[in-house]
Amino acid sequence: MEKKTKLHEKIYLILILFFFYLPIFYVVFFSFNSSKSLTRFTGFSLQWYEKMFSNRTIIEAIGYTVACAVIATIVSTIVGTITAIGLSKSNRIVREMVSQVNNLPMLNPDIVTAIGFMLFFTSLRIQTGFTTMVLAHIAFCIPYVMLSIMPKLRSLDPNIAEAALDLGCTPIQALWKVIIPQIKEGIIAGALVAFTMSFDDFVISLFTTGPGVNNISIYVYSSVKRINPTINALSALIVYVITIVLIIINVVPMIKERRGKRNEQIS
Amino acid sequence: MKGFSKMAYPYIVWMVIMIILPMLMIVFYAFSKSGNDVLTFQFTFQNFVRFFEDSVFPNVLWRSLKMAVATTVICIALGYPCGYIIAKLKGNNQAIMILLITLPMWINMLVRTYAWRGLLGYVELSSEARVYVGMVYNFLPFMILEIYTALSKIDPALLVAARDLGANDFQAFLKVTLPLSLSGVVSGITLVFLPAVSSFFIPKLLGGGQYVLIGNLIEDYFITSGDWNFGSAISFIMAIIILISMYVTRKLDRTAKEDEI
Repeated sequence: MEKKTKLHEKIYLILILFFFYLPIFYVVFFSFNSSKSLTRFTGFSLQWYEKMFSNRTIIEAIGYTVACAVIATIVSTIVGTITAIGLSKSNRIVREMVSQVNNLPMLNPDIVTAIGFMLFFTSLRIQTGFTTMVLAHIAFCIPYVMLSIMPKLRSLDPNIAEAALDLGCTPIQALWKVIIPQIKEGIIAGALVAFTMSFDDFVISLFTTGPGVNNISIYVYSSVKRINPTINALSALIVYVITIVLIIINVVPMIKERRGKRNEQIS
Repeated sequence: MKGFSKMAYPYIVWMVIMIILPMLMIVFYAFSKSGNDVLTFQFTFQNFVRFFEDSVFPNVLWRSLKMAVATTVICIALGYPCGYIIAKLKGNNQAIMILLITLPMWINMLVRTYAWRGLLGYVELSSEARVYVGMVYNFLPFMILEIYTALSKIDPALLVAARDLGANDFQAFLKVTLPLSLSGVVSGITLVFLPAVSSFFIPKLLGGGQYVLIGNLIEDYFITSGDWNFGSAISFIMAIIILISMYVTRKLDRTAKEDEI
C-alpha cells in the first residue's frame, strides 16, 4: 500500500512542477517563433531577439533595472548593517519602535507603500524619475536587510567586542574586525534579498518613476496591450540569465567542496 | 559600547521621513478635498461617502476580497499536500524539490504572469477563471514553502509516540501533524491573501481589462485620472480591511496554539 501512495504522491509533485514550469518553457519556446502568433509555432527564427537588442527602450529598461538594483542593494546593505548594529546596542524601546515601523512596508500591500511614496515625492515637488525610484527601492529594501542581520547580532556574545576594546581596538576597528566578520552571513543574505526585491519590483517602481524611465517590469506591463513577441524574447533572456546565475550559485560550492576534499586527501 | 547605539540615529530620521511621512500622506489625502494641498488643507469625509454611496465601489471591494479568500483556500488545498509530500522525502530530494519550487520565483512575477497569456489562448476560460490561474500560479509557491518549513520542523519522535500510544496514521496526522503545521499555514495565508487582495497586474494582464479589482481602481485613480484624494481613500479602506483580517488570522493562530496546550 505504501508503494502505491508513493506513486500518486510523485505524480502530484510532478503535476505541481509542471504547472510551475509550463508557462516558462512556453515563453522560451515561442521566443523562437517566426511569426507573431502566441499560439501557433510557424518555424524557428531569432528575429524577436534581434528586435529586442535593437530596441533602445528595452536596452534602457534593462540598464535602469540593473543600475537601480545595484545602487539599492549597496546602500540598503550598508545602512541596514550600520543600523542593525546600532540597534543591537540601543535600549529595548528604540529597538521595538524601529522594528514596528519597519514592519509597515513589509506588511502593507505594495500598492499602498507605492502610493505613499508617490504622494510624498510629488508633495515635496520632487520630479519623479530614476532618483525617486532608487530612493523608494532603498527605503523598502532596508527593513529586509535588517531583518536578516538582527538575528545574527542577537546571538553574538557582547563580551568579544568588549574584549577587543579593552585590548586597545578603536571602536571602528572593533566593528570592522570583530562584529562585522561574525555577522557576515546575515549581511550577504540581506544583500541578496535586497537585490532580488529591487530587481523584481514592479508596483513601487511604477508609482515612483517618472516619464521616460522604465524598468523591465514596467516595460512588460506597458507593452502587453498589443501582441508583442519581443516580450517573449525579453522574458526568455531573463530566464536564461537567472538559470545561469542559479546554476553557478549552486554548482560552484559543490565543485569547491569536492576540490577541498581532494586536497585533503592529497595532503 | 553604548556609543554604538548612535549608529541607529540616522536611520531613525530616514525612517520617519521615508516610511512614516508617506503613510501619513495617504491618510492626509484620503481625508481632504480634491485639489487640496498640504498648505490649504480642508478636512472632509467626502471621499469615503463617495466610495460607499455608489454600489460599484463596494462591489469591486467585495469581489477582490472574495477572490483573495478563494485564492488563499485553493493555495492551501493544493499547497498543503505538496508541502506534506516534500517534507516526507529523503533529505537530498527535499532540497532538490525546494530548489525546483523556488527557481521560478526568481523570475519576475510580471514576466511569469505574461507567460500565461499565450498558454491560456488555447482554452476558453472566463476572464475570472484566467485571473484565478494567474493568482494561484503566482502565490502557490509561498504557501508550499511556508507549510513545508513548518512540517519539516516537527520532531518525528512525536509521531512515533502518537503511534505507540495507539493512534492510527490518520489520527496521528489530525492530532499531531496538523496542529503543529498550522503556524505555517497562517504565515502562508499572510503571504497569499495580502498580495492577492491588492494585486492589479494579474487581473490587468490576464483578465483582459474587463475584470476590475480594488488594486486596479487604485491604479486608475492615481495614474489615469489623477484623483489622488479618492485613490487615497480607496487605499485607506483597503489597508484597514487588510489590517483587520491579519489581526483575525493571527488571533486564530494564537487560539489554535493555546488549544494545543
